[in-house]
Amino acid sequence: MVRFENVGLRYGSGEEVLTDLSFAITRNSFQFLTGPSGAGKTTLMRLILMSLKPTRGLITLFDRDTSTIAKDEITAIRRRIGVVFQDFRLLDHLTTYENVALPLFVQGREERSYRAEVTELLKWVGLGEKISAFPPILSGGEKQRAAIARALIVRPELLLADEPTGNVDPSLAKRLLRLFVELHKSGTSIVIATHDLGLMDQFDSARRLVLGEGRLHVYD
Amino acid sequence: MIRRAGSSWAKGGSTFMIRIAGLIDWIKGLSRIFSVGERLTLIPADSTAGRALVTVIAIMTFLATLTGGSAILVREASRDWSATAAREMTIQIKPVSGRNAEGDGKKIVQALQDLPGIEDARLFTREESARLLEPWLGSGVDLGELPVPTLVVVKLGGASPATLATLKDRVRRISPAAVVDDHRGWVQRLERMAGALVIVALMVLGLVLTAMGLAIAFATRGAMAGSREIVLVLHFVGASDHFIAREFQRHFLRLGLRGAAFGGLAAIIIFLLSGWLTSRWSADPAGEQIEALFGQFNLGGGGYLTIGFISAMMALLTGLISRKVVYRQLRRVG
Ligand SMILES: Nc1ncnc2c1ncn2[C@@H]1O[C@H](COP(=O)(O)OP(=O)(O)OP(=O)(O)O)[C@@H](O)[C@H]1O
Ligand SMILES: [Mg+2]
Repeated sequence: MVRFENVGLRYGSGEEVLTDLSFAITRNSFQFLTGPSGAGKTTLMRLILMSLKPTRGLITLFDRDTSTIAKDEITAIRRRIGVVFQDFRLLDHLTTYENVALPLFVQGREERSYRAEVTELLKWVGLGEKISAFPPILSGGEKQRAAIARALIVRPELLLADEPTGNVDPSLAKRLLRLFVELHKSGTSIVIATHDLGLMDQFDSARRLVLGEGRLHVYD
Repeated sequence: MIRRAGSSWAKGGSTFMIRIAGLIDWIKGLSRIFSVGERLTLIPADSTAGRALVTVIAIMTFLATLTGGSAILVREASRDWSATAAREMTIQIKPVSGRNAEGDGKKIVQALQDLPGIEDARLFTREESARLLEPWLGSGVDLGELPVPTLVVVKLGGASPATLATLKDRVRRISPAAVVDDHRGWVQRLERMAGALVIVALMVLGLVLTAMGLAIAFATRGAMAGSREIVLVLHFVGASDHFIAREFQRHFLRLGLRGAAFGGLAAIIIFLLSGWLTSRWSADPAGEQIEALFGQFNLGGGGYLTIGFISAMMALLTGLISRKVVYRQLRRVG
């Protein structure tokens, strides 16, 4: 569902951050994206999200060439992708519940049709008590779980999670990983960017994409 | 020891405050989840910028409705003048040596009685003429000493042009010193002036609208810059440009409605107040003159409806302009 062919990216006129990336993410696959800090994990995710254009090379998303894609199609594709940002990107003036329901809300769905579902998911990630709290008063781990819930609520075909366990304790990290594995079993392709070796060891049948010095090494 | 106690108390106090703030937030959130009618607002109502824009819109609406209302007043007043003036006609008989102007006046009144379409013809007495001239000459002037023309005032009730020609003919035959003034030139000049005033009002309205459009465009751009993060997140969770533009439009329409309501209400109060004041003034002679000139300061239902209409247009314009600006900005961001 995602294919990179000789993709290179530089910010402005600097060095290439990513060089000659060629790989594919197939349907219903599970992979960790790893590499040292500053290796370009977030940058790679932004390329998949079409929030950055590659400086060279070809990116294909859901069989569409991203360089010639129309705006309406970008919106349609983004609805098939769930994202957990490294810095969460929750909207501070909306409650936890409203933040998590946002992807459904912007699709124009009736609140009645998803209220129970959102509440249940929030309970599942341990935020049942925080439904009507606003993000500024949530702890780092709580924000992270809210961000994960927001990505999961649409049952995306592809889930991109950037350091989704960076702010939680190991037992909660394990629980969250189980959530991702469950989602994977129900047919979603998962990409988790992380430095956490312990986390990767818990699911060692997963593919590993390792970024280093701008290049990508794939370990199946 | 004392210090420690103090600081720990302060610490307890501040966590208490945080808890209160959290509680308030929580209640707000709960009330929002369970209020079915209220739709959640994605663009936060930024207090300072929002209030400034509401003020600008209120002032602009006030000016626009004031101008519109005044234009209506002037037009109605000019219609009143025209109607009154067209129903009246004055015949001046200039004092010429060897003729009795007052006697001629009486003859003229006699001669006009049987004409069709003439409701009334009346000779102004010396006292009445004196009263007319009082504001200029002061009281106690003996008009016998002055070359003041004698006046005959004719009230017309739909007299045909042929009748008017006959009238002029008869008057001329009785006294060559008589001049018939059917006020037509006066009425035309008034109407032209009123027309010019209405055009000026429309121009002012146009300028006000332009200024407001620009203010809203700038405010929208500002709000978008301030909400960049929100727009970004909305895009990522799958919101279309259409959806985002509608959110901004809703936000600005709300501000526009509030501003326009304030401005329109202020204008309505001004018109009601001036109508009330002039109706009180018209009890005295100076007030009567003001009323004769400007008509009654009575907007009437149509006028107030126009104010409501202009206000609604201002609110609508606010929403539309912001939507347009948002679309353009979104397209630029790409
Ligand atoms: N907007 C930007 N403009 C210029 N340089 C950038 C920008 N964003 C990232 N970079 C640079 O690109 C490189 C890769 O950054 P990126 O955020 O992708 O790393 P990362 O692998 O996600 O790191 P981390 O593990 O710390 O999150 C870094 O050297 C960073 O400084
Ligand atoms: Mg990163």
